Amino acid sequence: MISIQGLYKQFGNLEVLKGINLEVEKGNVVVIIGPSGSGKTTMLRCLNVLETPTKGVISIEGNTLDFSGTVPKKNIAAFRRLTGMVFQSYNLFPHKTALENVMEGPLIVKNENKDTARKKAQILLEKVGLGDKIDFYPAQLSGGQQQRVGIARALAMEPKVMLFDEPTSALDPELVGEVLKVMKDLANEGMTMMVVTHEMRFAREAANEVIFMDQGVVIERNNPEEIFTNPKEERTRKFLNMIQ
Amino acid sequence: MKMYLNSIFADPERTARLMDIAQSSFLPLLKGAIFYTIPLTIITFIVGLVLAILTALARISHVKVFQIIARVYVSAIRGTPLLVQLFIIFYGLPNIGIIIDSYIAAVIGFSLSVGAYTSEIIRAAILSTPKGQWEAGYSIGMSYPQVLRRIILPQAARVSIPPLSNSFISLVKDTSLASLVLVSEMFRKAQEIAASNYEFLLVYSEAALIYWAICFILSIFQQYFEKKLDRYV
Ligand SMILES: Nc1ncnc2c1ncn2[C@@H]1O[C@H](COP(=O)(O)OP(=O)(O)OP(=O)(O)O)[C@@H](O)[C@H]1O
Ligand SMILES: [Mg+2]
Repeated sequence: MISIQGLYKQFGNLEVLKGINLEVEKGNVVVIIGPSGSGKTTMLRCLNVLETPTKGVISIEGNTLDFSGTVPKKNIAAFRRLTGMVFQSYNLFPHKTALENVMEGPLIVKNENKDTARKKAQILLEKVGLGDKIDFYPAQLSGGQQQRVGIARALAMEPKVMLFDEPTSALDPELVGEVLKVMKDLANEGMTMMVVTHEMRFAREAANEVIFMDQGVVIERNNPEEIFTNPKEERTRKFLNMIQ
Repeated sequence: MKMYLNSIFADPERTARLMDIAQSSFLPLLKGAIFYTIPLTIITFIVGLVLAILTALARISHVKVFQIIARVYVSAIRGTPLLVQLFIIFYGLPNIGIIIDSYIAAVIGFSLSVGAYTSEIIRAAILSTPKGQWEAGYSIGMSYPQVLRRIILPQAARVSIPPLSNSFISLVKDTSLASLVLVSEMFRKAQEIAASNYEFLLVYSEAALIYWAICFILSIFQQYFEKKLDRYV
């Protein structure tokens, strides 16, 4: 369903992604781990086209962007709607309430009418456990609550894939659980997800597959049980020893 | 000073004359303020703000030509006196056959000035909005103009309200320069009245008091708005 072929990304002289090849099946939850600077964020951002890859082909459910040539803006906008992005720092719109944050995409991008958008946003906020906070502004919410609004905001666009970039690493430890729970529920509903995280418990409990990245390439991929107890590659082993 | 006060209070006839002038000039001055000074300020500020937003967007755009045009405009306006600009527009342009009504000339001159000065305020406010806000907008599929209008500008507006209010209050006072291109705003009225009765101190002070009153009321509004906007950010 998701396919990444020969993905390269360069910032100036720094080559960050050096030919990523990856397939993800529909409904799978893939956790991406790897040392700092290995290109995990950059890869997710390329899928959301917040970064323009230097070259490579990405495709999601038959929609394909080939970055060896120039890609029209229109195609990028359409492709972007296939993925929902959840940011480490939430990036909620501070001048809008939780409800307005979630409604914004359907209202402005999909041109839905206000009532439909409002109802849908309300249901999504209830789903992430914030039914009683819909009229709160981000500044009035805890980090965990803000991140759940962030997830609802991304879901409101009905993406095919949800991308999470360290969604819990800015949170106080006691708030991590509530966000992970929402993510697990989403996984159980069959959402295709790519998650960069250091939460190994989440990887064990919710992921079908764990990918280890280092220096801009995929080093190893396997199911969580295998990769954590019996890593094939030396570099994977070293990394896992370091973080555990 | 002492002589002036003495001359007022020692001589009942003169006192009466001054009271009379103060009274009879108040209404024309107020009319000058209400029909010229205030509308001129409001119109030029709105036109100026539109110019300022366009200029700020040109400055942050990736199109070189836009950047250069915006830079030259801001530099030229900031590098020359406002009075000289007004004179060029009103007295200068007729030499090449462009004759502009004095009020319109003032609107053009002040708008260009407001546009240049406040474009820097708006540019700074836009740049102060975190990059993550743009990305969050893009990530839900919004286009550049949509993110700008719905996400960035409302946040930039909050940041720029205090400096913009200061520009607005300055503009109220700057409009007195329009008297020199023959707009019958309040200060020109004051000049005309004073020229007929030679009570310059009295009439100009009266005008000053009206300017002060307008600015005072505006600063109260300013505080009110800032409090209101501060609430959730
Ligand atoms: N916009 C940018 N301009 C220049 N260099 C960048 C940019 N974004 C990322 N990089 C560099 O690319 C490399 C990979 O960054 P990336 O954020 O993808 O790593 P990461 O695997 O997500 O790391 P972390 O675990 O610390 O989040 C880093 O060396 C980073 O400094
Ligand atoms: Mg990262």
